[in-house]
Amino acid sequence: MKLKAEEQAMLDGKYGPGTQLAMKVLVAIGEAYDAPYMVPVTRTHVALSNQEADLWFAERLAEGGAHCRVRPTVNPSFNWKQCEAFTHVEPEDLSIVKRTHAAYTKLGAIMTYDCTPYLERNVPRFGEILSFSESSATPFVNSVYGARTNREAAQSALCSAVTGVTPYYGYLLDENRAGDVLVHVEADMQDDFDYQMLGYFAPRKTGFGVPVFEGLENPSKEALMNLGAQLNTGGNVALYHIVGFTPEAPTREAAFQGKKPKKEVTITRADLETMRSELTAPGGKIDFALYGCPHFTIDQVTTIAEIVKGKKLAVPMFIMTSSLTKNLAEKMGYEAIIREAGGWIIDDTCMDQPCWKFLYGKRGITDSPKCAYYTKRRQMDFVLAPLKDSVEAALAGEY
Amino acid sequence: MKTFSCHKIAGGKASGELLYSEDPICFYLIDPKTGKIIEKQHCLYGQCVTGKILVFPYGKGSSVVQADGMYQLKLTGKGPAAIIVRDADTTLAASAIIFDLPLVNRMPEEFYQAAASGKLDGKSADLNVETGTLCLMD
Repeated sequence: MKLKAEEQAMLDGKYGPGTQLAMKVLVAIGEAYDAPYMVPVTRTHVALSNQEADLWFAERLAEGGAHCRVRPTVNPSFNWKQCEAFTHVEPEDLSIVKRTHAAYTKLGAIMTYDCTPYLERNVPRFGEILSFSESSATPFVNSVYGARTNREAAQSALCSAVTGVTPYYGYLLDENRAGDVLVHVEADMQDDFDYQMLGYFAPRKTGFGVPVFEGLENPSKEALMNLGAQLNTGGNVALYHIVGFTPEAPTREAAFQGKKPKKEVTITRADLETMRSELTAPGGKIDFALYGCPHFTIDQVTTIAEIVKGKKLAVPMFIMTSSLTKNLAEKMGYEAIIREAGGWIIDDTCMDQPCWKFLYGKRGITDSPKCAYYTKRRQMDFVLAPLKDSVEAALAGEY
Repeated sequence: MKTFSCHKIAGGKASGELLYSEDPICFYLIDPKTGKIIEKQHCLYGQCVTGKILVFPYGKGSSVVQADGMYQLKLTGKGPAAIIVRDADTTLAASAIIFDLPLVNRMPEEFYQAAASGKLDGKSADLNVETGTLCLMD
């Protein structure tokens, strides 16, 4: 790879061993993908996870004196102060939360603890080059905004945050952003939940490659959030297009950059129903409701508040949001309504964290297949239902 | 002895027996205590990857779990000696580079086909990523 003088200086250790390690990793990635040179990034987002490897790498960079040139926003860990209100937090879990916080803070990260940075605080413009990790974020910024990022690992995104550059390859190049598979959606998409099922199901038919959807009309921001998160959970999809809606797809021809689709597939209402029945636990009694994978927006919180207002939930309900959304919910009175009904809004927290140990072995309800997928390893069983139906179920204690 | 060319992703040298997986690999779903694959639907379910040169199509898993899986295996020493893939996504490549697990792709088609037929399983091989060669012992 051809490096600029400043990049070479980082690689040579002029800025200390932390920055040197970050540049070494990026050069190795660049060489693996035949990138000719590095390009500057103007935004970064790191999927902080509180796992041991995450901590090990962040501490290694921080102890090596690295400091982020393009400060990243970060994914949630868990908010132990809030969690202590309803569960006991183990000392070893608390210790890793605090050490991870210290390492990232030392690196200069912006501690947003939110997995939807693309809706607030880290919103890119069309064509902007980024380094984003986090499976719901990568497809959103690439597809909905037309910004450009590869499907970064948490660590490679952190290296770009430190050095301010990323190797020029993959989805940063025009030609790699063309659609591969044309997807005719013949289901009438009734709500945001249908987009969850579409996202999780589509990769089964499209496989590896960039899907181009036709037949989707005016999806909401929540629908797009769901679609991207599930495409990248059910499959490995960091970029998609919607004809007549997303910026790189004003027409079908534009979406495929004038080439012929490699494949055409059709998805029907029956496919979405089949997907749901495969993913969901059977109906019946539930022990809790869990939302916010990805983090809920203020509109989703409003939907819940309007349903539970003046009522009592039969089972506990936990709604994970960003701290900005929680703050807004407090100002607007929704937090009080939900608290009175017996639910909690928790900020800065992910469902794949050890604070939820008290729910292991129990049966919950949620609207997100991604939530159900990652928690399978933790013996949590989930009924999947559209948001309003699942809130009604939490009031009744069964679905 | 037969020699194949390969393309470097994560550097290093390794020797070991070849083991082919038709399914993609998520390192988070390999038990760090035993080196065995714990994913029930996986074609190598229950098999041990420790010390092997593992050949598979591509990696799977989120932006964080692949790295954590490799890290845990590095701590216990129960991981594979090296990995050979057909398609390398950024998440797998970055994790292998950071955790010093030799990783190559772009083998000759003849190699992938022989591996897929199962003929190479159990054969000893020397991988030198720096020179871009895989030597297969007879």
